[in-house]
Amino acid sequence: MALISFFAAAVVAGTPLLFATLGEILTEKSGNLNLGVEGMMLMGAVVGFQVGIMTQNPYLALIGAMGAGGLGAIIYGFLTITLRANQVVTGLSLTIFGAGFANYMGQKLIGQVVPESMKIFFRPVSLPVLGDIPYIGAIFFRQDPFVYLGYITAIVLGIYLYHTQYGLHVRVVGENPGAADASGVSVSMYKYIHCVVGGALCGLGGAYLSLVYVPAWQENVTAGRGWIAVALVIFAAWNPYKALIGACFFGGLDIVGFRLQAFDLKISQYIINMLPYIVTICVLIIASVRKSKEYGGPKGLGIPYFREER
Amino acid sequence: MNTNTLIKMENITKRFGTVLANKNINFSVKQGEIHALLGENGAGKSTLMNMLSGIYTPDSGSIFIRDQKVRLSSPRHAIAAGIGMIHQHFKLVEALSAKENVIAGEKKQFFLHSKKLSARIKEISQSFGLELDPDKKIYTMSVGEKQTVEILKVLYRGADILILDEPTAVLTAQETVQLFSILRKMKNAGCGVIIITHKLHEVMEVSDRVTVLRKGETVATVCTKETTPKALTDLMVGRSVDLSIQRIETTHKQSILEIKEVTVVDEEKVKVLNNVSFTLRTGEILGVAGVAGSGQKALCEAIAGLQKVNSGKIIYEEEDIVGKTPKEIIQKGISMSFIPEDRLGMGLVASMDMVDNLILKEYQNQKGFVLDRKPAQKKAEHLIHKLNIQTPGIHHPVRQLSGGNIQKVLLGREIDLNPRVLITVYPVRGLDVGSSYMIYDLLNEQKMLGVAILYVGEDLDVLLELCDRILVLCDGRVTGIVEAHSTNKEQLGFMMAGEEQWEQEVEVVD
Amino acid sequence: MIRLIKKADISQSQIMTIRIMAVFLSLFTAGVFILFLGHNPFSVYGSMMSGSFGSLYRLQETILKTIPLLITSLGIAVAFRMKFWNIGAEGQICMGAFCASFFALHFSELPSLILLPIMMVAGIVGGGVWALIPGVFKAYFGTNETLFTLMMNYIALKWITYLQYGPWKDPDALGFPKIKNFSESAILPNIFGIHIGWIIALLLVAIMHFFIHYTKKGYEITVVGESENTARYAGMDVKKVVLIGLLISGGLCGITGMIQASAISNTLSVEVSGGVGFTAIITTWLSGLSAPMIVLISFLFAILVQGGSFIQTAFQIPQSAAQMLQGVILFFVLGSEFFIQYQVIFPWNQYMQKEEN
Repeated sequence: MALISFFAAAVVAGTPLLFATLGEILTEKSGNLNLGVEGMMLMGAVVGFQVGIMTQNPYLALIGAMGAGGLGAIIYGFLTITLRANQVVTGLSLTIFGAGFANYMGQKLIGQVVPESMKIFFRPVSLPVLGDIPYIGAIFFRQDPFVYLGYITAIVLGIYLYHTQYGLHVRVVGENPGAADASGVSVSMYKYIHCVVGGALCGLGGAYLSLVYVPAWQENVTAGRGWIAVALVIFAAWNPYKALIGACFFGGLDIVGFRLQAFDLKISQYIINMLPYIVTICVLIIASVRKSKEYGGPKGLGIPYFREER
Repeated sequence: MNTNTLIKMENITKRFGTVLANKNINFSVKQGEIHALLGENGAGKSTLMNMLSGIYTPDSGSIFIRDQKVRLSSPRHAIAAGIGMIHQHFKLVEALSAKENVIAGEKKQFFLHSKKLSARIKEISQSFGLELDPDKKIYTMSVGEKQTVEILKVLYRGADILILDEPTAVLTAQETVQLFSILRKMKNAGCGVIIITHKLHEVMEVSDRVTVLRKGETVATVCTKETTPKALTDLMVGRSVDLSIQRIETTHKQSILEIKEVTVVDEEKVKVLNNVSFTLRTGEILGVAGVAGSGQKALCEAIAGLQKVNSGKIIYEEEDIVGKTPKEIIQKGISMSFIPEDRLGMGLVASMDMVDNLILKEYQNQKGFVLDRKPAQKKAEHLIHKLNIQTPGIHHPVRQLSGGNIQKVLLGREIDLNPRVLITVYPVRGLDVGSSYMIYDLLNEQKMLGVAILYVGEDLDVLLELCDRILVLCDGRVTGIVEAHSTNKEQLGFMMAGEEQWEQEVEVVD
Repeated sequence: MIRLIKKADISQSQIMTIRIMAVFLSLFTAGVFILFLGHNPFSVYGSMMSGSFGSLYRLQETILKTIPLLITSLGIAVAFRMKFWNIGAEGQICMGAFCASFFALHFSELPSLILLPIMMVAGIVGGGVWALIPGVFKAYFGTNETLFTLMMNYIALKWITYLQYGPWKDPDALGFPKIKNFSESAILPNIFGIHIGWIIALLLVAIMHFFIHYTKKGYEITVVGESENTARYAGMDVKKVVLIGLLISGGLCGITGMIQASAISNTLSVEVSGGVGFTAIITTWLSGLSAPMIVLISFLFAILVQGGSFIQTAFQIPQSAAQMLQGVILFFVLGSEFFIQYQVIFPWNQYMQKEEN
């Protein structure tokens, strides 16, 4: 039983990571390396929380969170796509800005908790049939609606990227903007749309933390999860389905150190906490040693596109 | 045969900065014809076709498609007008499969119907006699297969105007035969096919009409049946001009650098140098002629130690220098003033000033930890004076100098190293007449000093007057080495096009 | 049709004008925001300045915040000069601090004059090796350094956390997870009320400026960054240059770690880097990799931080507002780069365009 409750908790811990990772996958697939995930998550977390407290309406809270994340991404997009600023530095600036924004907005929210009506809305629901599957049901299908939304987003994103015409265009834009341009695909438009939708997903990930996971406002509620999401994108090889698995895995690693304390292990939880990063580095190295063209990430990542330069 | 005009381009002019790439060009393609666009490097062929595919916009002139005046301001418009272009450098996504590349840019449907798509692609490929696995990833493909994908992409969209930019440059002989048979099938299906090339035998073999461009202008449009390779060469290269470049006769010519059966294979497994052999002698200028991309870059880089040599030997003063590092080769006195297409890519550091660029090759000989710029400063001032370099000062970034002055800095530095072998690649590209002559004089001066010079050039007139011997490269092979005074532009043109039968008539000196 | 052309020639004064305009625009934008909050922007900006310069103590605080930014930026600049996007300064600071702390804690009986230099060298080695690891993989396999260095940050942070909560935990701290304070001999002395780090920082500025511009290695680093092809053509060993450069880059960050641990926290803790590694990326970028400019920009950023904490008490405007202001300024300056690099040509003056080259 302990194991099942651990896995179920890992899924919950992985959900904010999942949204942020999916958002960053979408962003990176279109060739934007936005390192401002942490900032967008914080913006989403604080706006979602504020709207939730003001309106007591969970839907408006989520829309607010997505709007805030998307707004961060628009700033990023305008600077990097239209003005061709350096993507790494712009992303870091967005993180600084987002953290400042969240701390500022959250100043008056510290100590406030999520209203009961919304807690009820976000409380775990056992899905019919699926929830009754032994083990699997308890781990995956007796969760809160947000978790289910995460599953759905991952699957929809997978279908979108791999089975639709527009998803194909996203991949072409990210891999080789020159080819996309020559094929008549509008590079800037695709970059903008996917960067903004990606930002909105990051905002949702933040909102999960403040509205469901904690559920109260605390300063720096993301605690570096945005950066883990960036790592997870690599770990998942830019694949939404693998991100689903990766998020659960990283979610598990997030809580395993804490849970293992009960077992009086020889290995410190802090050493175990390094695992996600070490694993990610290994993935990076393997991808580069194999010179893999499929799993190395989009080729056009981080490079602004300018037709006349070709 | 249907003779409706598909495309008409009237008085097209396009200018890049100060360079006039196309000047009042007239060009038309009929339904059901293969139209070859022939010309030397820089004649304006690709520029013209890029305007047809929406990548560039003409400065003036009009384009008509099926008698309708059109404005092609982006590739999307060109695609909508039924124009498909296969670029010399393929526009494919390596990580995706063939079929995904084929349908990129389509907007007809939301979902990708994988099986239906594969079936449709197979159907199209079969009707044109193409063979392709629709699920194969691009990065696992050979160059020929990649081209097939590009062609399929155009066919899938139902384009009826197909433009191919140097399509056979990367193909094997069999692949070329196959390509031509596809082009004929397209022609029979009523499409208009434009093929950019400089290979005469291909023009004769596959085309119905030929338009020859020279220096950005239309020279003539002729029916292939009514012309000969010789007539086309004349049109392409023009009459010989007397440039009155001095060719100095030197004595004591000794062999110094011997290239023996050198083969270089690039990353895409293409043989960029194929069994190349020749000897370079002191006190002579050996010219290298050839269409761009015939292996000149690989040849120079192989000698300089920058390019891995797959087989063969490069003997410098009885020592094989294959496998030596660039540093060791520089110290032996082999100097390369490599001037790539963009001038600043390799020989010079654009953002640095003249002084810092002048020490690039000799700073390693300085002792200690600190960089001594004083000798270079003196040298810079000396060079400015000697070569009449126009610059606000020795500390001005070289990026901001004009092309001719950049070239002078580069060549000046190399000569200052007192090399035994000097390799120069396109040293007069983009220079005005006066500056060009100054470069020729510099080279002659070195020749008199007994330096062995390898001169890779583009202008055949210059090669003929300046060099002692001329080596011709075509597709990485040496198609002949001739004495400059006993040959002419026509002969060179044929050898550059890879015409083997001329080789026997030429006196091969080696 | 609006067209863009790369500017061929732009003078230093034009560049400065554009950047200064960007800063003023961002101050204006933030001012509107402050006004919206019901405060007078002028008095807020004014009190930020007095918070940074108003008294000797405040000025000292500002300088204390400048030192780590300054040294770290110098380090990052070396990597950026080679186009190696080292965003792992945070981790390099931590590892530098760790190695220095090792000697501070285990050889605390040594006299200052011996212990401090040992700690400094240890810091350089710790930070340098931490930067070298991703460097080796980049040089030999082409592994993406941006993400690699980023991951290395977290490993370093977790390592310090481990030490702090585990083997190095101070048994005398009543269960509180902290590492034992350094002995007097492991703490940098003060000069004019500020620890000696400011002298080290200024020395390093001079050294790095000299190194980059007047030594053979510095020259090689610049050439490699400008064009690897040119470097190979000139006979340089590109891999070796990159690795040496990274050792220096990480080593400088390691010095920051040593100084912060020794002089600021007097011990090793997870807060030793405190985000300096990330902020320094931005200061480095804004300074255009020039050592003297780094001094100026780091100082300006320290004012933002110090002034930000002051307005919190003076106006009850949270310190985070200053953080936002930082973000806004960055956005404007980043955006302004576009107008330095490109020239926008509108349809109505297409024919007046300057000819390229």
